[in-house]
Amino acid sequence: MSEISFETEPSRYRHLRLEADADRARIILKVDENGGLRPDYLLKLNSYDLGVDIEIADAVNRLRFEHPGVSVVTLTSGLSDVFCAGANIFMLAGSDHSFKVNFCKYTNETRLAMEEASALSGQRYVAALNGVCSGGGYELALACDEIWLVDDRRSAVSLPEIPYLGVLPGTGGLTRLVDKRKVRRDIADVFVTLAEGVRGERALAWDLVDALIPRSRFAEAVEQRVDKLVAARDSGRAARRGIVLDLLNPAARENEIRYRHLTLTLDRARRLAELRIDGPAAVEPIPADAAQLGADWYPLRLFRELDDALLRLRFNHPEIGLVAVRSTGSLDRVLALDHQLHAHRDDYFVKEVLLLMRRALKRMDLTAKSFFALIDDESCFGGFLLETALAADRIYMKSSGKTAIATSVLNGGALPMPNGLSRLATRFLARPEHAARLASEASRFDAERAMAAGLVTAAPDELDWDDEIRLAIDERLSLSPDALTGMEASLRFAGPETMETKIFGRLSSWQNWIFQRPNAVGPRGALKLYGRPESPQFDWHRT
Amino acid sequence: MSNEIPNNVNLESDQQLRRALAGWHPHYLEWWREVGPEGFDASRVYLRTAISVSAEGWANYGYVRMQDYRWGIFLAPEVMDRRIGFGDHYGEPVWQQVPGDHRKELRRIIVTQADTEPASVEQNRLLGKTAPSLYDLRNIFQLNCEEGRHLWAMVYLLHRYFGRDGREEADELLYRRSGNPDHPRILNAFNAPVRDWLDYFCFSMFSDRDGKYQLAALAESAFDPLSRTTRFMLTEEAFHMFVGESGIQRIAARTADVMLQKDRDDLFELGVIPLGVLQKYINYWYTEALDLFGGEDSSNAATYFAAGLKGRFQEDDYPEHLALDQTYELRKPDGSIEKIPMRRAMNAVLRDAYVEDCHRGLRRWNRELEHRKIDARLYLPAVCFNRKVGAFAGLPCDPWGKILRREEFERRRSEWLPTEEDRARVAAVMKPVYEPGRIANWIAPPAKGIGGKPGLEFEYVQFN
Repeated sequence: MSEISFETEPSRYRHLRLEADADRARIILKVDENGGLRPDYLLKLNSYDLGVDIEIADAVNRLRFEHPGVSVVTLTSGLSDVFCAGANIFMLAGSDHSFKVNFCKYTNETRLAMEEASALSGQRYVAALNGVCSGGGYELALACDEIWLVDDRRSAVSLPEIPYLGVLPGTGGLTRLVDKRKVRRDIADVFVTLAEGVRGERALAWDLVDALIPRSRFAEAVEQRVDKLVAARDSGRAARRGIVLDLLNPAARENEIRYRHLTLTLDRARRLAELRIDGPAAVEPIPADAAQLGADWYPLRLFRELDDALLRLRFNHPEIGLVAVRSTGSLDRVLALDHQLHAHRDDYFVKEVLLLMRRALKRMDLTAKSFFALIDDESCFGGFLLETALAADRIYMKSSGKTAIATSVLNGGALPMPNGLSRLATRFLARPEHAARLASEASRFDAERAMAAGLVTAAPDELDWDDEIRLAIDERLSLSPDALTGMEASLRFAGPETMETKIFGRLSSWQNWIFQRPNAVGPRGALKLYGRPESPQFDWHRT
Repeated sequence: MSNEIPNNVNLESDQQLRRALAGWHPHYLEWWREVGPEGFDASRVYLRTAISVSAEGWANYGYVRMQDYRWGIFLAPEVMDRRIGFGDHYGEPVWQQVPGDHRKELRRIIVTQADTEPASVEQNRLLGKTAPSLYDLRNIFQLNCEEGRHLWAMVYLLHRYFGRDGREEADELLYRRSGNPDHPRILNAFNAPVRDWLDYFCFSMFSDRDGKYQLAALAESAFDPLSRTTRFMLTEEAFHMFVGESGIQRIAARTADVMLQKDRDDLFELGVIPLGVLQKYINYWYTEALDLFGGEDSSNAATYFAAGLKGRFQEDDYPEHLALDQTYELRKPDGSIEKIPMRRAMNAVLRDAYVEDCHRGLRRWNRELEHRKIDARLYLPAVCFNRKVGAFAGLPCDPWGKILRREEFERRRSEWLPTEEDRARVAAVMKPVYEPGRIANWIAPPAKGIGGKPGLEFEYVQFN
């Protein structure tokens, strides 16, 4: 497959339509059958592949920035009698393992972004199921606040992955069923093994949907219910002015992707990438209407770039094993900007920027590459930018007398990890008061103090620096990539479980295990044989 | 209850089945009162009732009021040592119980088939008011009662073999309604209105014939009770085909006679249906029926065949029964050929047998025109015309399979498919005739009657 681009905009959508009014919006799925990323499958019945999900993710993100007055987003389908048939099975069956894993991870991130929009941006999501809703289609619905199902005696919601494909509903379906909707475990057990799903009154009684809507008045009844939800929201929202998110359009060359504030350099032979962040060139005052800063505002632009770079690393550069994270620029300016972000955090636009930073940093936490942050004389890791170092598996800081990092109040919980804790709190799980003090005192650290405070892994001096770093990188890259993925995922998420950590944890343990097993992907495996004339044959031993 | 319900399934000793039917039967009668034939509750109809599966038993004629019709449950006699005739289980003994791993597929197949039976009763409910003769009135009622019995046959399977789910599905079959915007029937052709007798004959010719092919494919099933049920249904289905095919034939004959006698200007003015309008109805109903076969390339069809649930038409006639390593060649309107693995093309294979069968009917109709030295001929449109399901769905093809620009197709649609004006004019000629010995102007009398009685002179329906 050629390289995947994660950038799009509504005028380029092939699979959905985004309709936004002042206070409400609709995402209407109408997947172009012939618009798959690969030619070996057709996207029938609103089934989706990564290309479709990229459009959904784009719409969810744009709604927050471009249509901030919207308080209810209705997700529905432009096909009659079909909402969504879920992830395309032929696409999955024809994908290699790493693509499948990254695909599931990405779709999960998109679903979580919808939930975050609801919880923190006041944009509630409603799934208006106008027809059959199965597998990933129902998982998409589960990510919404409410699920309304057409009551036509035909349309069912279902999670048929286990009976049909021998794999799990991989986009948080099982977890959301019992954790979010709090469906009883035995009812959930029956539901997810029932290939044909559940419709009508029973779906309602089992809490699989929140309302039933008659078929003949579907559009009208949905609109009336949306009216009610909109009326219950903060009326001040409507006055918010949106901004336009232009395309990043990085300059991509053989071994380099250059964004405005970030450069990704690839050393394919060494399986090493360098992600270099350029600090802000200037810090302008924040106007009363902060949205006037627009898409060019440094932190917004930078973290959109970071997000895009991480996705390209995941999908387009699977061979890259280690990413060195560097920064260059003025620490003072970073901290001035950091101060502004905190001071204006209640402005809707600044808040959206902080939330976008939070999502991009989580994307980094969840990326299956080793990250080493390298802090040298040019670096400007402070406050929100320090998070990109704290997200790394190791932090090396040159002990030269000219290096410095700084903590800020934003490190104290504004940018939490999937486990709900700040990166500092996770790092110092045994010493929560230390983590809290580091954030609240907001001080600068040279290498020696940083070492003492536990903020960095090692602080080689100038003479040793090059060798130490080279050795650390070479050694890391010699280790088994699978073991590293498992190790990093285990070490990064200390502390409590959240629905988010459960979703990703189970994806990477159970689903990825099942995706490798002959019962799913062997020559007679259920996933491989789906839609084929032969029936699967299982190895019946339980593990 | 078992005394009233003719059956050969040991109803009297089957507790579970009796319980299920006791709950369902009153709802069925309610359903019949609500959406069965309207306006003839008091009439006595000369009907055929099956009281056993023997040659003497399945065709008993006598006058009955329709709500007193003895709907029964019959399975064709068991074939000793019957073996699975196709698919991955080829040669193994057939199943007397539903295997757990095919429960959902079998249930879906049975529910989909079952749903068409009450649907056609609902679609026909007003037609008695415009019947062209007592003979035709009796026939439509016969079909309605038998569709009702076919529903019973399918409900028997749901009740007997599918537990609580089966009972719920059986209830839903009485709840969905043809054309209802909130809870329509499952297949779209069964939600299309049947507004006049021309619709009805076309429906019986084409849609019921799809039913015949579906039942024939299920008669091959490894699930023996399904096979035996559908085999008995097929004996009744033959008459339904006859009603449709001979009805169109009689219309063509009548129109041809009038064309020979009179000026050909406006046949509607002369009280008959122009061949061009008949052709448009054929185009519409034939292509609706083609959609009923489902997609030409279907993973469900492959699963059904592999598992032994649904075979081909007269599976025994095929040289081998695994259908692996073979391909089906689907001819596209642009002349290209798409190769589909044979098992996935089973819908298309079944449809091809159906198309061939339809052509036999077409030849009989055209013979009426040939005899009378009329040049015009009826035809069946190309399989890619007016399709909503499968490989040809939405293609702007003319009835001869030529792809047009969409604007041209839309502009010329009224040349090929019935318009509101056509329908209004057809309705205008359809005046009811309820006296023995007489028949409406737009249709020729039947060649012979029913149950040894004369075609027109006999009082098939007695109004009280």
